[in-house]
Amino acid sequence: MSITAGLTSPMVSPVDAKVGRFGIYGGRYVPETLVAALDELEHAYGEADADPAFHSELDGLLHHYCGRPTPLYFAKRMSEQLGGAKIYLKREDLLHTGAHKINNALGQGLLARRMGKHRIIAETGAGQHGVATATVCALFGMECVIYMGEEDMRRQELNVFRMRLLGAEVRGVGSGSATLKDAINEAMRDWVTNVRETYYILGSALGAHPYPTIVRNFQRVISREARVQILEQEGKLPTAIVACVGGGSNAIGAFYEFLGDKDVRLVGVEAGGRGTTLGDHAARFQTTGGGLPGVLQGTYSYVLQNDAGQVATTHSVSAGLDYASVGPEHAMLHDSHRAEYTSASDAEALAATSALARTEGILPALESAHAIAEAMKMAPKMAKSEVIMVNLSGRGDKDIGILAREMDLQGAKS
Amino acid sequence: MPIEFKKKPGIVAYLTAGDPDLETTLAIALAAIDNGADVIELGVPFSDPLADGPVIQRASERAVALGVRLVDVLEIAQRLRAARPACGIVIFSYLNPVVRMGMTKFCVAAAAAGADGVLLTDLIVEEAGEYLAEMKANRLAPVFLAAPTSPDARLKAIAEASKGFVYAISRVGITGTQQKIASDAAELVTRLRRFTEPFGIPIAVGFGISSAEHVRAIGEFADAAIIGSAIVALIEMTTPTEAPAAVGRFIADLRA
Repeated sequence: MSITAGLTSPMVSPVDAKVGRFGIYGGRYVPETLVAALDELEHAYGEADADPAFHSELDGLLHHYCGRPTPLYFAKRMSEQLGGAKIYLKREDLLHTGAHKINNALGQGLLARRMGKHRIIAETGAGQHGVATATVCALFGMECVIYMGEEDMRRQELNVFRMRLLGAEVRGVGSGSATLKDAINEAMRDWVTNVRETYYILGSALGAHPYPTIVRNFQRVISREARVQILEQEGKLPTAIVACVGGGSNAIGAFYEFLGDKDVRLVGVEAGGRGTTLGDHAARFQTTGGGLPGVLQGTYSYVLQNDAGQVATTHSVSAGLDYASVGPEHAMLHDSHRAEYTSASDAEALAATSALARTEGILPALESAHAIAEAMKMAPKMAKSEVIMVNLSGRGDKDIGILAREMDLQGAKS
Repeated sequence: MPIEFKKKPGIVAYLTAGDPDLETTLAIALAAIDNGADVIELGVPFSDPLADGPVIQRASERAVALGVRLVDVLEIAQRLRAARPACGIVIFSYLNPVVRMGMTKFCVAAAAAGADGVLLTDLIVEEAGEYLAEMKANRLAPVFLAAPTSPDARLKAIAEASKGFVYAISRVGITGTQQKIASDAAELVTRLRRFTEPFGIPIAVGFGISSAEHVRAIGEFADAAIIGSAIVALIEMTTPTEAPAAVGRFIADLRA
């Protein structure tokens, strides 16, 4: 998609070109009150990142507490049934708390502790980042408030209970579409009000600089491990890496260490929802009815919006992909064509969930099922010698209620 | 440039444009000016007003639902300018509607409408290169926010980039009324004054100001008081027919 005339680089100035930019995207678009806190965060992160003791503590917890490294699993039956490329699954679903979100929550939790912040806030969509954050707060003995859209609380109720069990306070957000975007607005309002003592653990590679960089760096471990694992198991790099893209943290984590491997296709899968009309999907990069560059919640990226610049409502069966914007690094990778972005519909994601459950005995999260759906489209068209690596970002236990309704599991025999 | 605070403290009145409808917004703005407001901030409704408290969120949601757009707000500005040549008019918006219109096009249109200045809530000085150039080219005053959390180096940059006035945020947090003016406000204005003084730019204090008592307190250390949520709440509580007179009385009482 071409960027509308006159919008090519609406805000890039010599001053801002240097900080937190991914091409023309990213930056820092926040109320003045938050700037000092973002500066403090940037500084603290820089120090932590340069401190071997910080990394050694994080690596130790990722190993002993979370179960890293996660396996890279060859999905033999699924591959055979599709009759084309070999499909490998990077099993982030096997991590403690059931998704890749813990990689980032743990990293930022350690950072918060290092900065002496005892009150943690976070937003959550599907509830996986909320659960991961509540877990980290329990582990470190920190106060935890999670903002979650009321629509998401309804459809991901199990995760609401999990967060409360872990000692977090879950605050429902009823404004707007009562989903992830609205939860982020409310978390930012909390942060701007309690900025001096509060650390905001943003859950995706979104928001104002330095968040997209911090979150990506804590998720890079996915591709760092996977690159070694695939070389060990296949003796070569994959033809393609496939990951679902909501905000885009699991995808950027899965892509990052392969960015320099020009022959490896990077495929992001957005939520196609129930149709291509604005409001029926969350496919920001979709050619028609998709997003345009704009500013939402601190960053300049593709945003689903109307022609007056009002942010559009979105729809997806998966709460974690149901968001109007996308991480700025993905916007850059999209424009440069280093990564390709496609979408899977609600129906395709549900079918992929079922297919993976029945061929491999693995129940993917509905978010991750979007990536499985794309792999199922790609594999039959590829040679048997080729390899697709799917980032299986989370497990599907949280979605049992939705699956029961959508698939009529109560009475189905087939 | 009509941004001038003749009486001290000056009064800046914020209105969410299009709440309850555009015609009423214009009528309220006229009443506010005729009862002593020096500057009208015309707020562009936005779907995601993350710096605003519940009162302005609700107003914004209502106006967005009516389909009020940035171009409509500029049209109200133009009619306000025609009716009251001497008042100050500031277009107050989140960044995205402006980006969607295009920065150049927006600045040209705002100037043509007769606006004096612009405040973009989520545009900070470091990101404002093109914005400042366009504002200058169109002889518009860029108004920036200064916060209690802003260190001196930032206050200096904010003072240097601002024209018209600097909007000093009285406390950390979102918009909305409060009982007392936080001690943060006086401390911030004192720090900020060092940097605005060489340019002679006035300082207006906003967030949480709702009474004559607050305005008097602000007058002791700042040049103007900005009243937003209190007015928007009053509009919410009155009918469109009553709202202009109610806001007019409220503004008159602030200086009583």
